[in-house]
Amino acid sequence: MSVDSVFVHKIWNENELSKMTGKDIPFPMLSDAGGTIGKMYGIYDEEGGVETRGRFLIDPDGVIQGFEVLTPPVGRNVSETLRQVQAFQLVRASKGTEATPSGWKPGKKVLKPGPDLVGNVWKEWKVSEAFDE
Amino acid sequence: MPEEFKAGCQRPSVQANNVEEKTKENVAIESKKEGMSMVKVGKPAPDFTAPGFFEGKFANFKLSEYLGQWVVLCFYPGDFTFV
Repeated sequence: MSVDSVFVHKIWNENELSKMTGKDIPFPMLSDAGGTIGKMYGIYDEEGGVETRGRFLIDPDGVIQGFEVLTPPVGRNVSETLRQVQAFQLVRASKGTEATPSGWKPGKKVLKPGPDLVGNVWKEWKVSEAFDE
Repeated sequence: MPEEFKAGCQRPSVQANNVEEKTKENVAIESKKEGMSMVKVGKPAPDFTAPGFFEGKFANFKLSEYLGQWVVLCFYPGDFTFV
């Protein structure tokens, strides 16, 4: 989603993006002329007349589970976005009985929040797990 | 299903959905008073309809049509920049 028109999106896809990946962009490229939607989400840059780098994770109930907003010069970490989606999906599938501690990624240990865990996280989880190997 | 539209010179149909019980004047007063506010985690994502380009076609896409799926909504400053 950007303030560019759908025509610019089409040409960007044809002339650049599809050449990077060898295929068309596999999701809708949306146009937000005037920043109407960016303002609803709180990420529109009124002075510049453009969106900032806002990224929102929306669950199947339409609820915002997370967001990240950066100023334009720094790009995002796509792997981190995917990791967060996987973590939220795991938590949702467990109906809230499991939580993903810092540094979790698929295959790593999850925690089961409850009275027994209080004060005992140090036995279940090591600081080194917060970091990528 | 996203409603397809023909390429032409029509006005882009960006639309905030479900902004009920707010007159335009009230919205203007609110936004002057509070400025733009950030959405909150754990709260419903504001619904909208926006024109888009997808699979070779132009169509209007409505966020609430994606209920039941996970959605990554990604804003960026402009085409031909990195994301």
